Amino acid sequence: MKASWWKTFLVSTLLWAGVNLAQAADPIKIGSFLTVTGPASFLGDPELKTLQMYVEEINAKGGVKGRKIELIHYDTGGDAKDAVSFVKRLIKSDKVDLLIGGTTTGDTMAVVPDVEKEGIPFISLAGAVEIIEPVKKWAFKTPHTDRMAAAKIFTDLRKRGLSKIALITGDGGFDKSGRTQILKLAPEYGMTLVADESYGNKDTDMTAQLAKIRAAGAEAIINFGLGQAPAIVTKNIKQLGITLPVYQSHGVASKTFIDLAGDAAEGIRLPAAALVVAEQLPDTDPQKPVLLAYKTKYEAKHGPVSTFGGHAYDGLLIAVAALERAGSADKTKVRDAIEQTKGLIGTAGVFNMTPEDHMGLNVDAFKLLEVHNGAWRIVE
Amino acid sequence: MPELLLQFLVTGITVGSLYALVGLGFALIYNASDVVNFAQGEFVMLGAMTAIALLNAGMPLLLAAIIATSLTVLVGLLLERFAIEPAAGASVVTTIIITIGAAIFLRGVALLLWGKDFHALPPFSGEAPIRLGGATVLPQSLWVLGVTVALVLLVRVFLNRTLLGKALLACSFNRTAAQAVGINVKAMLRLAYGLSAGLGALAGILIAPITFSSYEAGVMLGLKGFSAAIVGGIGNPMGAVAGGLLLGVLEALGAGLVSSGYKDAIAFLFVLMVLFFEPTGLFGHKAAERV
Amino acid sequence: MRLAGFYLFALGVALLPILFPDNYFVIVVGASAGLHVILAVGLNLLMGYAGQISLGHAAFFGMGAYASAILTTRFGWPSLLALAAGLLATGALAWLFARPILRLRGHYLAMATLGFGVIVHVILVQATQWTGGPDGLSGIPALNLLGWRVDGDEQWYGVIMAAMLLVVWLTLNLVDSQVGRALRAVHGSEFAAQMMGVDTGRAKTQVFVISALFAAFAGSLFAHQQAFVSPDSFNLTVSVELVTMVVLGGLASTFGAVCGAIALTLLQQGLVVFEDYEMLIHGALLMAVMIFMPQGLFVGLSQAARRVRHRLKRRQPLPST
Repeated sequence: MKASWWKTFLVSTLLWAGVNLAQAADPIKIGSFLTVTGPASFLGDPELKTLQMYVEEINAKGGVKGRKIELIHYDTGGDAKDAVSFVKRLIKSDKVDLLIGGTTTGDTMAVVPDVEKEGIPFISLAGAVEIIEPVKKWAFKTPHTDRMAAAKIFTDLRKRGLSKIALITGDGGFDKSGRTQILKLAPEYGMTLVADESYGNKDTDMTAQLAKIRAAGAEAIINFGLGQAPAIVTKNIKQLGITLPVYQSHGVASKTFIDLAGDAAEGIRLPAAALVVAEQLPDTDPQKPVLLAYKTKYEAKHGPVSTFGGHAYDGLLIAVAALERAGSADKTKVRDAIEQTKGLIGTAGVFNMTPEDHMGLNVDAFKLLEVHNGAWRIVE
Repeated sequence: MPELLLQFLVTGITVGSLYALVGLGFALIYNASDVVNFAQGEFVMLGAMTAIALLNAGMPLLLAAIIATSLTVLVGLLLERFAIEPAAGASVVTTIIITIGAAIFLRGVALLLWGKDFHALPPFSGEAPIRLGGATVLPQSLWVLGVTVALVLLVRVFLNRTLLGKALLACSFNRTAAQAVGINVKAMLRLAYGLSAGLGALAGILIAPITFSSYEAGVMLGLKGFSAAIVGGIGNPMGAVAGGLLLGVLEALGAGLVSSGYKDAIAFLFVLMVLFFEPTGLFGHKAAERV
Repeated sequence: MRLAGFYLFALGVALLPILFPDNYFVIVVGASAGLHVILAVGLNLLMGYAGQISLGHAAFFGMGAYASAILTTRFGWPSLLALAAGLLATGALAWLFARPILRLRGHYLAMATLGFGVIVHVILVQATQWTGGPDGLSGIPALNLLGWRVDGDEQWYGVIMAAMLLVVWLTLNLVDSQVGRALRAVHGSEFAAQMMGVDTGRAKTQVFVISALFAAFAGSLFAHQQAFVSPDSFNLTVSVELVTMVVLGGLASTFGAVCGAIALTLLQQGLVVFEDYEMLIHGALLMAVMIFMPQGLFVGLSQAARRVRHRLKRRQPLPST
């Protein structure tokens, strides 16, 4: 009788300890939904690779406050409907602690209602300004906005004394949102739009639209787009014998664009994060070591970096820093900690978030780049 | 304005040639088997992607193109043997789903082999645009045009002048009768799939320097090729060629003169209008319905 | 007895959330499957019973969804009124298009419906001032059913399942009615049906409109459930998926369509874990099912079950346990 009492005590103590241990070692679950396949896969693919690479590294170093990170990922294929369904799955079934994802603005905006209703910290990797304006309590984002890109391009145009611009954009969310910002900002910078053309993102030839632009008397061409289409536009511009200055958006800031467009890419300018030109930064730049570290690590495993993977890196960095400051994975505490992010150096720039600004980057974070001899160089 | 129109026309004919080749593939397979092969666009993608991969591996362009085309022909034959033959006699919808399944499968294979990036083939003979009146043409466009004309003529001669080609056509009119006069229908079926796959691969290799390629590049091309074949009257090879050119020119004019955003809608609206007034396409033979 | 299968199905639908409360795969995936069932059952009327293929069915789905989305967010209409308006508009358009489109046969019909679907999708993307363009419309208010605001995934499960059961019940009755018999006659041989005095054009138009209405109905529910719509939920891929559901389940069988819709919804959820291999497996499975069970899963599996039962019976007598 006595022995059995002891046994029970022993077993229950062990069990209690075991449960506690298990709790302490319970991983922090980060849910992610990215466009790894489909038209925007060149964005989502490096994002996922980055997240996987760094989660592995963090865990190898012992995790966050002694807890490992578990990354649970679903591919939305760029379909907003799937994004909604997977976010529900992440919240309800996988019971994740926070969300990093939403490669495209469409995917991001589609899940915002659920995120706000469930109250879970969410760091989006999409571009459009509408994600953070008006401010949504639980939603943050890491990439620069398209408005900043438009401002950067216009500033450079003004410097060169050009004011008649022709715009050509794709039919995707990124493109249309960029177009809206350009139309909105143009009067502020004294720009007049002489042509406003568009194309389908899967189109294989844009010469018809560009021939119209050629006839419109523009002084510069701005192309806001993603993927292979801007490379085709670039080639078509050369094919038509147009010699105007051409501006692209930060959507094509990767080596792939130069490879695809070939010689036609020479002289093209675009605003982008410093990541692709990390080596060219002065050694005094506080971003340089961060950028080089990410670049070296990524390129050792997966080939040339793009700024998109950088956005995921920034998101994870912000999340991990917030988890450490919050001291737990409590959703409200983590959210508050993210909002208090200050002076955090990421690949996109230095993040200073506030309750009014859920991105925390300023326009200086953008560099103006030019293609020169098949590589990027900083213009300013 | 006339300069603009000329430019639109140049664009339209280049793109249209591509649609024509893909449409021709649709027509050949339909002729032989009554199947609309929704994996036709994937042949185009496979040809382009294989050629790019071989070129990157250090092979000269011509050799890469020949091997890529042969490999795609092999894929076409395998598709016929393992997906179409076992489902002989299945309904129209069933075969549509099978070929759509095949298309998804081939896309999946390409994804695993070559990743999700876009890849380009260097142009065959430089990038310096050639002036043509007020318009400009890329040397590659001339390649597309020239090879398309050659291929279409070859297919035409093959179908109308050679015994094998006539046998292939005979299958399309009446398979039982063809069998009865000693034509090996099964072999004809394989011939059609091989030929279509080869045409698709060549189209892909020709256009890859202009439009690039990726594992998903075949989807839209397949759709446009199907439209070309339908507009021309499905099963009429030369009708498909005409349909493709018509569609390409119309798209370019639509994008240039009306609205680039609605370009695809204009193309498909045209297809709908054709069908409303000519329910069997512009050059289709009006077969009597079997009761 | 005719509806025994239906009651069994309804019972299962009601029991699932009780057996597995707060389970993502029941509540969320179930609701999504429910919408697919409504769409597939409607499409099956057109494809299975009337023998008319449609590769543009997602367009009707989208029209219902966008009607609800635009009327509630931009004009502040009550959700039920918007739903009714969506049904009316979609039905009217389907009726207008039915005659010229259904005159076509086989692959020509496939092309025309495909083209119709593409055109509607292009309009959804391009008419930005109405539709919000490629990024879609957000902020769609909750469905208001006579004062009851449908909110939360559990409530949505209930509403969508109720709607689905209603649609399945309507369909089962329709198939058994005079219209249903006329339809099957059309499918068998349109010419023969005409000889027998069936107004085949009328029958085809009716069923085209009905299946469009089902799709628009599902669309309205979908818009409110997601509180967000974007054009990519209604593109060609979705149309093809719907056709796949119908054919996968087995043509001309309402429960076949139900099976197909559920099977494909689950398949999509299940295949996610394969990441880069998802496409390959998806394509291979589609081909395999269609080659080895051209009659569809429902018929194919029930035949297989019958064969097994038959064989077991012949082996006889199984030792009783």
